[in-house]
Amino acid sequence: MSNRVVGQGVRKKDAMALVSGQGVYTEDIAPGGCLCVKLLRSPHAHAVVRSIDVSRAKEAPGVACVLTWEDAPKTRFTQAGQTYPEFSPYDRLILDRHLRCVGDPVAIVAAETERQALAAIDRIRVEYDVLPAVLDAREALDNETLIHPEADWRALVPECGADNRRNLVAHGCDQDGDVEAELACCDVVIDREYETHANQQCMMETFRAFCMPDAYGRLTVVSSTQIPFHVRRIVATALEISKSRVRVVKPRIGGGFGAKQTAVCEVYPALVTMKTGRAAMLVFTREEAMTVSSPRHAMRMRVRLGATRDGTIRAIDMHTLSNTGAYGEHGPTTVGLSGHKSIPLYTHSLRAFRFSWDVVYTNTMSAGAYRGYGATQGIFAVESAVNELAHALGMDPAALREANAVREGEVMPAYYGETAGSCALSRCIARAKEMIGWAEKYPRRTLPNGHVRAVGIALSMQGSGISGVDTASAAIRLADEGTYNLSIGATDMGTGCDTILAQIAAEALECPLSAISVHGVDTDVSPYDTGSYASSTTYVTGMAVVRACEALRAQIVRAGAKLLGCAQEDASFDGEAVACEASGRRVSLCSIAEAQMTAGMDAIAAVASGGSPTSPPPFMAGCAEIDLDPLTGQVKVVDFAGAVDCGTVVNPNLARVQTEGGILQGIGMALCEMPVMDERGRTMSNSLLQYRIPTRQDAPRIRVAFEPSYEKSGPYGAKSIGECVINTPCAAIADAVYNACGVRVRDLPITPEKVLLGAKGEP
Amino acid sequence: MTVELTLNGRPVRAQVEADDSLYTLLRALGVRSVKCGCETSSCGLCTVHLDGQPVLSCSVPAPRCAGRAVTTLEGLQSEARLLGECLADEGAEQCGFCASGLIMNALALARENPSATDEEIDAYLAGNLCRCSGYVGQRRAIRRYLSRIASGEGRA
Ligand code: FES
Ligand code: FES
Repeated sequence: MSNRVVGQGVRKKDAMALVSGQGVYTEDIAPGGCLCVKLLRSPHAHAVVRSIDVSRAKEAPGVACVLTWEDAPKTRFTQAGQTYPEFSPYDRLILDRHLRCVGDPVAIVAAETERQALAAIDRIRVEYDVLPAVLDAREALDNETLIHPEADWRALVPECGADNRRNLVAHGCDQDGDVEAELACCDVVIDREYETHANQQCMMETFRAFCMPDAYGRLTVVSSTQIPFHVRRIVATALEISKSRVRVVKPRIGGGFGAKQTAVCEVYPALVTMKTGRAAMLVFTREEAMTVSSPRHAMRMRVRLGATRDGTIRAIDMHTLSNTGAYGEHGPTTVGLSGHKSIPLYTHSLRAFRFSWDVVYTNTMSAGAYRGYGATQGIFAVESAVNELAHALGMDPAALREANAVREGEVMPAYYGETAGSCALSRCIARAKEMIGWAEKYPRRTLPNGHVRAVGIALSMQGSGISGVDTASAAIRLADEGTYNLSIGATDMGTGCDTILAQIAAEALECPLSAISVHGVDTDVSPYDTGSYASSTTYVTGMAVVRACEALRAQIVRAGAKLLGCAQEDASFDGEAVACEASGRRVSLCSIAEAQMTAGMDAIAAVASGGSPTSPPPFMAGCAEIDLDPLTGQVKVVDFAGAVDCGTVVNPNLARVQTEGGILQGIGMALCEMPVMDERGRTMSNSLLQYRIPTRQDAPRIRVAFEPSYEKSGPYGAKSIGECVINTPCAAIADAVYNACGVRVRDLPITPEKVLLGAKGEP
Repeated sequence: MTVELTLNGRPVRAQVEADDSLYTLLRALGVRSVKCGCETSSCGLCTVHLDGQPVLSCSVPAPRCAGRAVTTLEGLQSEARLLGECLADEGAEQCGFCASGLIMNALALARENPSATDEEIDAYLAGNLCRCSGYVGQRRAIRRYLSRIASGEGRA
């Protein structure tokens, strides 16, 4: 079957608006006279507000309201954007007397201008009772300092093993086979600990939202969010109002990468609008986005990996300790991916696995969702261990993978027992090796200038939506001139999903892409969608679009047959007209569209849902070539080759750019992105100067190839792409560094300091 | 205080505070293409032209613009069109939040050094961060743009 629109690298539908600088983002469309909202934040990692005096702030010029914990609702909620009942505990108040990390909000100020709001903040006087703080995740469990001692703390899903009396957000174990017995039989067992940190998504548009009352007394929230429907529930819960009184609108978003899968900012302006009846906007500064946001969960992973002498991987035992910070957002779920999306890569030969985990509260910034969602951390650990195993066995790390990697049709016990129904991982390995020139370049060569060039490899997988949980609907209707209006609840955050879903619709309806108008998210209008996260959009929402279009086609045929006066069974639709087989007569789509606007005809519109009992993993092989300066320890990636199996590639241009962007974020995590906290729990990496993300000059040659499999349950064979592509650089680069100089870095990022100290034999 | 300046070819009079930045002034004047991504002059999102030269509008005091010509992407629509199309054809604008600043700086580059190499492109635009694209698609787009203007296209 050959597709017409699916598979084309068409421009994004909103491309020209974006490149001509149209004002299409949240702040651009805020109403005039919007109050400016600012937060007074805790200077302490752990404290209780003894007293707070806001009288002088309230009298300050231009101030509309000053709110403290006494003014805020007392119902706990979570800001995590997840399907209800959320795995994340209900452990937050909009404003709490108990402050659990530096930056926790102490008061909300709203004023006519930013200057006035900031001046009023300076006039608030607070006295704190400072408490001992738990800053190290290793000391959190059963620490005598409790971060959430409150009686109304609530875990909605008790199976997570959460216990606030132990600083524990989740705890569990999953296993198959007898891992200890298998390890005991192995010739080689690698036993190592790996560590990753609370990386920042650093989307260029920080968190922001404005709220306003509408003509019906309801609250409209316009937010830069990946999760409009979850924001509706979160805001309603936090404000103790009915969800029916909240409407959430998502305009264009300046990037998310998971950061905006947490409702980091919405509740504050929402409370202001509730209290004042006025429009109010909160825009996070970059400093706020760096210090009180929703970064990656820092994880410490112990991996025991056993193999026979011939390089057959028999057993993996993994324990992850994850730091969720002051609040439990995404804590219980991210940790699961660290094992469930790394161990299955070796399903082919694996006889047993065990994966256990603890997720703990600390008095640090609350973590959240970042592209990869725990898999990135786990894959760094497992893939590094596999590389260490290869060296222990004296094998080529790529060959070790070829022998052990999961193959199509295999049941993956460590991946919820799902089958790898579509898997081109072996082809991906071969392709990535060929692209980088593995055969000639492994392991290293020394250049005339003394620098060392070396290569390294890693594999990756992810999911496509959350199986059995994620759901999406799409609504499509026939409009004037035989065009279509496609309405979706999935959120395009720059990924191009509006375009991709339109391509899928155009394919299904046999029409040009230009005939599809897409409408993004307004919770009053759009059909329900859990949101754009967990790599769900192309796969889950894409299937909803396919089904909606099929239903619509049936209606078009019915209407056409009625107009032609023939039986429905005798009529068919070819995208342009409905034809009656018997008479050969045709009625154009345009005429059908016009006819539905006259009496006696039904409106032609369909809604359908997607949602899958499985989450077919995309796969990837990534090879890095680095240049290491042995004098300075400086590592530069000079070439990165990624071969990706995302099933059918719906839009090669967008898939390629997603992959390139994901790879560079992975390179940043591997080499330069390091959150730094001082001994009092203050985040010192509070700007783009201190937290350095790759610039253009750090971007190596990045080459991407697709090795598509065909996923039968996906739209036109597609799986996901967004997250899988960030997971390979860390382990691939770490092994390239080892291949270059014999230094193994197990604690990211790989700084020149670590390389030089390692070369000197110091830890 | 009052400043008078030329914005996209039109005279403008505006009230500013002494420590307002040009960025703040432009947003107050309703210029929507100009974005802000940091407080430390690190991101390049706010790039505009001051007397034809690219500047970070967040780091230029508004009063210093008195009597000078400020140009934003709104004022360079026809010159920017071809570059915009090259970016769109690569899919190199993802969220697009960095696009205005990038385009303003890349147009300045094209005026100064129309035969720039990849290294020169990367160096000139190093201050324009983009978190979505990984830069390589933007590099391809800018290269294509430079070669198309070299062959005489796109100069309105
Ligand atoms: S806003 Fe970041 S450089 Fe101006
Ligand atoms: S496209 Fe999103 S930051 Fe550049």
